[in-house]
Amino acid sequence: MADARPAAPARGGPAASPNGARLLVADDNKVNRLLMARSLDLLGHRVALAENGRIALEMLRGEAYDLLLLDIEMPEMDGFQVLEHLKADVQLRDVPVIVTSSVEGVANIVRCIELGAEDYLPKPVNPVLLRARIGASLEKKRLRDQQSALVRRFATTEVAQDLAQSGFALGGRRVQGSVMFSDIRGFTALVESQPPEETIELLNTYYTLMFDAISSHGGVVNQMIGDGLMAIFGAPLPLADHCGGAVRAALEMIDMIELFNAERGAEGKAPIAIGIGIATGEMVAGYTGTQSRATYTCIGDTVNLAARLEAHTKVAQRAILVDAVTRAALGERADVEALGAVPFKGKAAPVEVYAVGPGQAG
Amino acid sequence: MHIDRTTFAELQDSAGADFVTELVDTFLEDAPTLLAELRSARTAADADRFRRAAHSLKSNSVTFGATALGALARTLELGGLNADPAADLAAIDAIDAAYAEAAAELKGLRHG
Repeated sequence: MADARPAAPARGGPAASPNGARLLVADDNKVNRLLMARSLDLLGHRVALAENGRIALEMLRGEAYDLLLLDIEMPEMDGFQVLEHLKADVQLRDVPVIVTSSVEGVANIVRCIELGAEDYLPKPVNPVLLRARIGASLEKKRLRDQQSALVRRFATTEVAQDLAQSGFALGGRRVQGSVMFSDIRGFTALVESQPPEETIELLNTYYTLMFDAISSHGGVVNQMIGDGLMAIFGAPLPLADHCGGAVRAALEMIDMIELFNAERGAEGKAPIAIGIGIATGEMVAGYTGTQSRATYTCIGDTVNLAARLEAHTKVAQRAILVDAVTRAALGERADVEALGAVPFKGKAAPVEVYAVGPGQAG
Repeated sequence: MHIDRTTFAELQDSAGADFVTELVDTFLEDAPTLLAELRSARTAADADRFRRAAHSLKSNSVTFGATALGALARTLELGGLNADPAADLAAIDAIDAAYAEAAAELKGLRHG
């Protein structure tokens, strides 16, 4: 979703200066537009111009701007409507807006602020105030951008988007999805047999490969513990074919490990093996923890079952094990073998277990 | 005096005298359209267009220090369409006259 936007030349703005921010001015009145562009140009910013709200919105959707200076009284789409559109658009809701208008009445100013405008400057705009407000807005935007970059680093894109859309609230909601657990077989022995630096390097490569396989099939890795990981398919964003996604990701993970082992073999290193368990059903997904430290996760029987299936791969000597619900959703798409019912700790009745082989799960 | 000299001097000071000359020219080009729009919106009884045209005139007048013109335009912007069209038409005539005076003075000032 957050694609890099292609840079387009400024429409009708004065010559762009090499430094400064990229600002968009929306005003239907030519005198106002030119004067605002001039003031911003003198402050060292690059300016693009829009002559009504509709054009401004199109330009914002086509290209990234650091700040919008918005007039209220405009034909086709007025400033209030622009603010409403921005507020409803995940991609644009963080673009800071300073309303510059000679519309009168405190109620109008309040409405702008309520609709998300950062500031309000009455026209004619005082150049000193303009400089101060723009400086403050851009600084706030810089901090916000920094913050979201951090959130993206420590959470996945999906969780970061979910956070941005829903805000942060502890507590869960019920979702249908597939859960995957995976870990490296014999990892403890491996750690003991090699220097720690090599283990860290191995884990980084392993995680990079696994993350890539999982996210390319719509999954979200939400926990990494040592050599193990937990991934969710179907939350925080719904995924139509979460079973298929999880199984395809699992098969790709196995392929990746084979490639990785070929490389390790060339370096004279021992191959590694992974086990993967997948279960499907209802679970509770949400943010758990405290207000100061929390994580996005899923809990419920489905999650426990996936963990048990993963542990059982050692016993069954199979790389990928899935439950009956996942198996049923796969239909004929995968090479599946029924292993019969297995009694699991914490389960009253034995659970049907299926091994998924490499091959036809397309 | 139809243009407030302090306002005009401040504008020249902050935006640059040459730029203000261009800006005055833009205003002198655009204002007749706004005045015509005001009259046409009154005839069509289109409240939105009427308010917007009056608002634009007010906004530009204040920028250049055309105080009287700005005050007249403001009255129409905030008052909206009058139940008696003749009252609005009289007000628009007054705005035309105030504009003619302000424009003449702006033409003289822009090179100063």
